[in-house]
Amino acid sequence: MKSLLYSILIFIFTLNLSSQDKDMLRWAADAESGAPYVFQDPRIPTKLIGFEVDIINAISKELGIENKHFQNQWDGLIPGLKRNDYDLAINGLEITEDRKKEVAFSIPYYITFQQIVVRTDSKDIEDLNGLEDKNVGTLKGSLAERILKEHGNITVKTYDSEASSYEDLKNNRLDAVLIDEPVAKYYAGWNPALKLTGEPIGEVVYGIVMRKQDTLLQTRINTAITKLITSGKLREILEQWDMWNYMVALYLDDKTVSNIKPVKYEAFLESRKTELSFDDYVERYIGYLPILGEAAITTIVLSVLSMILAIVLGLIIALTRVYAPRPLSFLATTYIEVIRGTPLLIQLFFIYYALPSIGINMDPFSAAILGLGLNYSAYEAENYRAGLFSVPRGQMEAAVSLGMSRRQALKHIIIPQAIRLVIPPVTNDFISLLKDTSLVSVIAMAELTKRYLELSATYYDYIGTGIIVAIIYLIIGLPFVKLSKYLEKRYSLDNNTKSF
Amino acid sequence: MNSENKIVQIRNLHKYFGDSHILRGIDLDVEKGQLISIIGRSGCGKTTLLRCLNCLEILDEGTIKIDDIELSRTKDRKEFEKKVSKIRNKVGMPFINSIEENKLDQDFKLKAHKLRTKVGMLFQGLNLFPNYNVLDNIIIAPKIVQGKDVENSKLHAIKLLAKVGMEDFIDRMPNQLSGGQAQRVAIARALAMNPKVMLYDEPTSALDPELVDEVIKVMTDLNKEGMTQIVVTHSMNFAKNASDIVVFMDKGEIIEMAPPEEMFSNPKDSRTRDYLKLLAI
Ligand SMILES: Nc1ncnc2c1ncn2[C@@H]1O[C@H](COP(=O)(O)OP(=O)(O)O)[C@@H](O)[C@H]1O
Ligand SMILES: [Mg+2]
Repeated sequence: MKSLLYSILIFIFTLNLSSQDKDMLRWAADAESGAPYVFQDPRIPTKLIGFEVDIINAISKELGIENKHFQNQWDGLIPGLKRNDYDLAINGLEITEDRKKEVAFSIPYYITFQQIVVRTDSKDIEDLNGLEDKNVGTLKGSLAERILKEHGNITVKTYDSEASSYEDLKNNRLDAVLIDEPVAKYYAGWNPALKLTGEPIGEVVYGIVMRKQDTLLQTRINTAITKLITSGKLREILEQWDMWNYMVALYLDDKTVSNIKPVKYEAFLESRKTELSFDDYVERYIGYLPILGEAAITTIVLSVLSMILAIVLGLIIALTRVYAPRPLSFLATTYIEVIRGTPLLIQLFFIYYALPSIGINMDPFSAAILGLGLNYSAYEAENYRAGLFSVPRGQMEAAVSLGMSRRQALKHIIIPQAIRLVIPPVTNDFISLLKDTSLVSVIAMAELTKRYLELSATYYDYIGTGIIVAIIYLIIGLPFVKLSKYLEKRYSLDNNTKSF
Repeated sequence: MNSENKIVQIRNLHKYFGDSHILRGIDLDVEKGQLISIIGRSGCGKTTLLRCLNCLEILDEGTIKIDDIELSRTKDRKEFEKKVSKIRNKVGMPFINSIEENKLDQDFKLKAHKLRTKVGMLFQGLNLFPNYNVLDNIIIAPKIVQGKDVENSKLHAIKLLAKVGMEDFIDRMPNQLSGGQAQRVAIARALAMNPKVMLYDEPTSALDPELVDEVIKVMTDLNKEGMTQIVVTHSMNFAKNASDIVVFMDKGEIIEMAPPEEMFSNPKDSRTRDYLKLLAI
């Protein structure tokens, strides 16, 4: 039993050592951030595209090295960078004084402004003043949020993804959205229900984020960007995505007229506007299967390993709580109460972002297993305790009076009986754990729910994708429900097949 | 009678639960092969006495000697009580309350364990292990406690089951047995550890009347084979017909002990008379 736990832990920590290839651009972006930044190719969902992908590719070509994408939640990009999960992050990160205290920025690779978006039928909003007394949505932690709050008299609602803010705007839950212009253009510009309104607001400057101490990397990146500027490659990329604007022109001091076609923007519009036939939908969803399948496997592996950890650890904790001498049993009780009394999300953040400061640095996968496993172990421990209590006390006495030690009695008499009672609640817990794995996307794990959000942000298709993902969750859960039925039967008291 | 024949010797046995003095100086000798019936009002301490003999409760004062193992304690009550109540108050310890050995010193624990191997106990309720079938109920303790070979202990177990008339039920699960059958299996299970003394706590009280005789027959058979048995019972018929000695207890003391003929026809103590009169009504 203990050795099983050890092997799980060893497994977790060896995973930790994986992939630290040095001469490689290890960059992070949230694929849920959407077009035109970093998003899944509508034709090949396993492939990431976007103007930032193009920039990174151009930089790595310039430097003559490969690059590798690391998925992380947008909020988590800078914390993950500090944890050394990757070496740079590029994802519409504005260069701000606050951020500069924590990380280093490259020279800007794009400059834009904030854009007001309203419903097509809206009339009275044309500038910031028009937003007063209105419900206005924007991205969490963005410059727009600060502009809105500093202006005052505006009810600001912040979102994790622009897609949800536009959804709320369409559904009348918001009166306007203030957001970086490229987002507005790519999400609202082509949508007949929405329109862009008013003059440009503010100035938004994007830079690539790196750790402060990585000065060599900063120099290399800046040199590469400069080369992209002088060679016209940066302009080419921006023109292809139809993102060239007067601010960039001023910054790059490039007033020429270009005849580069916005091919990538047009391809994007094409993928949006065409009416899809049933066959197109089928084709699209079949295209999802590889990426969803991979995410489903991640979800299964994550759930199963965490549950094994939870079951083993839970048993140790329950036995400690019930049978160990006082200081130990008190510790076990405290553990259970603390874990059950705090949100899983905070535990995950703690393991992933706080532990590194005391030298325990885990990759997302290990951190996710550890977080889920520790969390569920508290619940399993309580299940076992209830199971142990429900075994009549005469059983222990009968075993002891036959000469068994308490340990032997537990192993052969009490625990087997408790297991029978514990199987149904443990199965329930496994099913909830399966669903709770969706929380680990906050620590950079690309599991099923995260992929769902990414895919639906790419296509604006929450319903179809949602149904598919829901079905996948159900299918994953099914074998475990069956397994539990089988175990219940096997441990039933009418079953007399087992013998020595 | 020479003392070598005495397989159980109890001297000045005291037991407290918190402030209440439950056993107040029990003296009792049992000879090899005797069947002793203990009778007395509910709550007078009969169960507690058996549990002390089996070390499910630890005596507070006195001596218990069974076969060649002697367990002795002199009173050190104050400190002991404190420890006991501490353990009792502890939340979340479902099984430990009555099995107090874990706070005793190693030497005492070892002796208690040895003593336990000398006695087999049949509890008031039905206590077969529901997760094992009849045969496994019997061989599990020999296997894991004594490390006995499974095949041999199976043969032995089947012999024991034949002795209690249960040889046709070896594959049954406990919840498929009647109360009388379960008690007979429980007796065989205790016998499998080769005890020197068998203790029974109201072995038939949980049974339907028509099942009582089959269990009693097992005990009288064992008596004929020379097994020493101590039986707490409410059945005066059993005490009268099956036992060599009847012991009457009241309020934690042994009031009177005598062969059944004498005890039932000519009780000496007024408390015994009152009790027997009460039962006669
Ligand atoms: N674990 C215990 N804790 C406290 N009091 C107990 C405990 N077990 C028994 N007693 C008390 O000791 C007395 C004797 O009980 P018991 O030996 O079961 O009596 P009997 O078996 O003769 O009916 C009763 O008053 C009972 O309430
Ligand atoms: Mg009793």
